[in-house]
Amino acid sequence: MNAFAIHFSFEFRTGMRDRTLLLMNYLLPLGLYGMLGFLMTELNPSFRETMIPAMIIVAILFSMVLGLPSPLVTAREAGIFRSYKINGVPATSILTIPALTTMLHMVVVAAIITATAPLFFGAPPPVNWPAFILIFLLTAFAHAGLGMLIGVISSSSRATVLWSQLIFLPSMLIGGLMIPYSMLPGVLGKVGLLLPSTHAMNAFQGLAQNQVTAFAPLWSVIILLAGGILSFGLANYLFCWDRLNTTRRGHPALALLALLPYVLGVVLL
Amino acid sequence: MDGISFEVQRGEIFGLLGPNGAGKTTTLESLEGLRAPDGGILQVMGVDPTRESRKLRNLIGVQLQTSGLPDSMRVDEAMRFFCAYHGVAPRYDLLERLGLSDKTSAQYHTLSSGLQRRLELAVAVAHNPPVVLLDEPTAGLDVPSRIELHDLMRELQTGGTTIILATHDMAEAEKMADRVAILLRGRIAATGTPRELTATGAGLTKVSVLTEGHSLSETSVTFPAVSQQAFKDEYAIYYTTAPGPTVSAIIARIEAQGDTLIDLRVERPSLEERFLEITGTGGDQ
Repeated sequence: MNAFAIHFSFEFRTGMRDRTLLLMNYLLPLGLYGMLGFLMTELNPSFRETMIPAMIIVAILFSMVLGLPSPLVTAREAGIFRSYKINGVPATSILTIPALTTMLHMVVVAAIITATAPLFFGAPPPVNWPAFILIFLLTAFAHAGLGMLIGVISSSSRATVLWSQLIFLPSMLIGGLMIPYSMLPGVLGKVGLLLPSTHAMNAFQGLAQNQVTAFAPLWSVIILLAGGILSFGLANYLFCWDRLNTTRRGHPALALLALLPYVLGVVLL
Repeated sequence: MDGISFEVQRGEIFGLLGPNGAGKTTTLESLEGLRAPDGGILQVMGVDPTRESRKLRNLIGVQLQTSGLPDSMRVDEAMRFFCAYHGVAPRYDLLERLGLSDKTSAQYHTLSSGLQRRLELAVAVAHNPPVVLLDEPTAGLDVPSRIELHDLMRELQTGGTTIILATHDMAEAEKMADRVAILLRGRIAATGTPRELTATGAGLTKVSVLTEGHSLSETSVTFPAVSQQAFKDEYAIYYTTAPGPTVSAIIARIEAQGDTLIDLRVERPSLEERFLEITGTGGDQ
């Protein structure tokens, strides 16, 4: 096996060995899926219509936004990246491999949700499977980029939690997951457009479920793609090996550029 | 750092000594490419560590003072992981050599600090680098592990590996290093072989004598070349610049007084004493 494959295999196993990651990748998303599946379908039967994409996005938020950044910060603080650097592990591997392995964990979780939601909760399965898979990958990519960027710019584990929650909580509340985007009042709707989850939900509904959407789903696809590319690019640019020698190529505030496609979305949509 | 300059020959063990904050780790990190120097020229086997980091990776093996491996990484995984990035086959023999063969499935965070140091050393030398940089390698190691590490260092040296060793342990430096540099406030205060360094100090040899009677207890008794004398734990202690004549005179005195010699020890100045002498005077030697 080459270095990439060995690194990938190690990171994938870590996603299950590490209790926090196991919680973020599997236990919390699937636990919440079960709970909301029983509660929300009773309280709001129309939730069934969007249940599969909404629960997949929730799982992605847990794993990518809450789960991905912390190990990155911990590894930097513990000097693990120093060991990596002197042994020739490239920064791109440090950033992309955990994102890819988490994506693989999400494939498992998404498969469980997609297979069981129609059976247990009467949720409609996707109509357009290729679009469903593509939007799933795109959503994971956009959120992974943000997760990595948070991990790169956070000065400490505490700051990581703060930045992650700044995306996670609004996404849960106004990201179109529990309350449809079209039902949000004007200002909240505009704020919602700053969140990748709103665009992911819009794309899933319009392209994978063939449902009516508040705005053209293709715009959401473009915004997610641009957001993901910008986030990963900035994470790679701002990556710092070492908490002791904090030489960076740019100021961490540059990370805000990752929001540019979403801000354009607010203006244009 | 402030204008330091040194060369290390192939196959040499070179010790970097100095008190905390002297610049040992900064020097090593600059050689490892972890820190960019503000000025000057650095070369490791002709490679500039700052500009040619890719080339440097396979030339050096590094055990850092402040580094670690991922908590959940298993011992055998660590060996596979780092060897893969160096493009060599995993060296499981090194795990056996360093007493880690029964811990191959253990995760890094479950290992004792001594075993963690051994694993870090194993992965540092697994790709057989021509230059090995060790920063406090024996810190936290028990005596058998320390001996094992020293044996491994000798073995590497015999195979032609150059070792740069930063340490606080003077006995280790004296035992292992062919040459040492004593760093003080970012400068090299002294450099040479441990023997040269100890010889260039005040050069006082310590002679400790224990007798049955009180033939040496009179402070008025003097011996040739003795500059200082003291009494501690029933021993009469003399610091001399010429141990031969001093010892002869002491024995003659004991015999003349009809006393019996119980114990006599002659200790040449240690590197530690020389180190304390240099660091105590601010390195103006």
